[in-house]
Amino acid sequence: MSASENVAIPGTIPQAMPARRGMPAWQVALVVLGGLVVAIAPAFILESFPLFQLTMAVIMGLAVLGLNMVTGFNGQISLGHGAFFALGAYATAILMSHLDWSFWATLPFSAAVCGVVGYGIGFPALRLGGLYLALTTFSLAVAVPQILKHKSIEDWTGGVQGLFLVKPDAPAWMPGALTPDQWMYFVAVGVAGVCFLLCWNLIRGRIGRALMATRDHQTAAEAMGMDTATLKTRAFAVSAMVTGIAGSLSAVAVEFVAPDSFSLMVSITLFVGMVVGGVASILGSLFGGLFVLFVPNIAEAISKAAPGVIYGILLIAFLFILPDGFAGLLRRIAGRLRRRG
Amino acid sequence: MDGFAHQIIAGIATGGIYASVALALVMIYQATHHVNFAQGEMATLSTFIAWSMVEAGFPYWVAFAATVMVSFLIGVLVERLLMRPVQNAPVLTHVGVFIGLLLIVGNMTGWIFGYTTKVYPSPFTSSGPLLGGLISAHELGSTAVTLVVLTLVFLFFRYTSLGLAMRAAAYNPRSARLVGIRVGWMLALGWGLAAAIGAVAGMMVAPVVFLDPTMMTGILLYAFAGALIGGIDNPLGAVIGGFAVGVLENLAGAYVVGTELKLTVALAIIIGVLVVRPSGLLGRVVTSRV
Repeated sequence: MSASENVAIPGTIPQAMPARRGMPAWQVALVVLGGLVVAIAPAFILESFPLFQLTMAVIMGLAVLGLNMVTGFNGQISLGHGAFFALGAYATAILMSHLDWSFWATLPFSAAVCGVVGYGIGFPALRLGGLYLALTTFSLAVAVPQILKHKSIEDWTGGVQGLFLVKPDAPAWMPGALTPDQWMYFVAVGVAGVCFLLCWNLIRGRIGRALMATRDHQTAAEAMGMDTATLKTRAFAVSAMVTGIAGSLSAVAVEFVAPDSFSLMVSITLFVGMVVGGVASILGSLFGGLFVLFVPNIAEAISKAAPGVIYGILLIAFLFILPDGFAGLLRRIAGRLRRRG
Repeated sequence: MDGFAHQIIAGIATGGIYASVALALVMIYQATHHVNFAQGEMATLSTFIAWSMVEAGFPYWVAFAATVMVSFLIGVLVERLLMRPVQNAPVLTHVGVFIGLLLIVGNMTGWIFGYTTKVYPSPFTSSGPLLGGLISAHELGSTAVTLVVLTLVFLFFRYTSLGLAMRAAAYNPRSARLVGIRVGWMLALGWGLAAAIGAVAGMMVAPVVFLDPTMMTGILLYAFAGALIGGIDNPLGAVIGGFAVGVLENLAGAYVVGTELKLTVALAIIIGVLVVRPSGLLGRVVTSRV
């Protein structure tokens, strides 16, 4: 983020909005450095199980980001993103266990498969505004485990039993002896970091504005010359790709895929994460990931059914009280502090 | 050939259940343009309430009537407490509230009544085979109950002034309010009726699929498909669609894809209808001014 990018050209910025001044370079460096420390430190502080949980939280955050790209920023409500999560996970699992590909080689492949399928689903989605799309994707989410169990693909998917995989080992050139858990954490954080950066870059520019304009008023966006159909199908593709990559990561992190781990609940979890973290917020997706991973763990201590009930109550509470989620809350607090300071 | 006839009749029997749930969905859609994703979970909760009353020793039909009334109240309460505050919010909020409701009701049911599968009694028994063994007593009975419910709903909307007021509130809320109809309460009433119809469907299907907290998830999908085939704003269409989906699902399950892809059939119907003919067979084509 160089200073020259943020210089306002006179007349192009509306009067009501104060021009954002860029942070000085040393502050940017400090933020980046701090971020790196926060990202790396847990690998050496936490025990293996909490570290695994944190890895999963990062992965869920990435999946929520995928959902946010199409539902939050583009306004196409999807309740079926668990399907893309499953697709990515299975793409990686099948390539790794049947064809002995390395994990890294499966990643672009699974991203491409999910992107193409997402693009394909984007077309019927064009004809189904709002509620109907939610309904259709909801049905998709319900049907996913059944499709995965089907006999005709059993040779590949392993049927009900699923597939077992092995976590990638830390490469030999890495300094120190990293355990597979530590390495997996770095892999997840690295891949997620790249995806978050790319999505942030996409959203803050022309395309992001076009996506949001399509969401807010499609007719007006069309009148301004935006090709809303192309935007929507491509948003679906990007979104499916990101969620699919998260699915790939989760397959190796858990070292196991099976149809029943991709029930309707996965899709609902992603949706809850998006609303709680913050609809149409990049950073909020990460909060969403942390939320959906750690809150159920706490709630499970009460009862098996408690996570679902607490999810439901919090979901409705957030929609009523904090519709822009946790990220919105932080933004409001920051705004208040800035005004006071 | 006997097998084929049996599949058709069994399809009509399950179709009746789908038709009831589809009708419940359409009732809420007509009044508020919402699709209640939690309809299945609400019906399951009602069925569990009925089950605990039957277990406590109440006669079947007493439990039935009490459950329908309790469900009606639950429906009204949900509208008043959850839907009314977000009446004018964007679609995403509505979907979110429905999903929240689904989570709460579904998991509360599991929490209170447990996840073990329970046997729910059927009120219909016969000493011998009916129609040469083509249909079971429960299939015949539940189809009859469904038809009675559908007829009652039709008569209510067609011939009572309350039914007329509800239709007016759904069709044109502003004018309805001007002639003195309390539109807000009509919506709540619609929710109550939908919950009651869903409860009946739940109690009729429970002896077939056995009672557990997730029993309605698949049924909700078929009901969606049925409602869409008939046109989601047309009650008669929803009923016909529900029966059609029941028969279609049974035939496809028996002869084409096998039982393990039945849900996928529902998904295919939903996508097919929405892409080819979004307004359904009997629905109005909606055009909107921008």
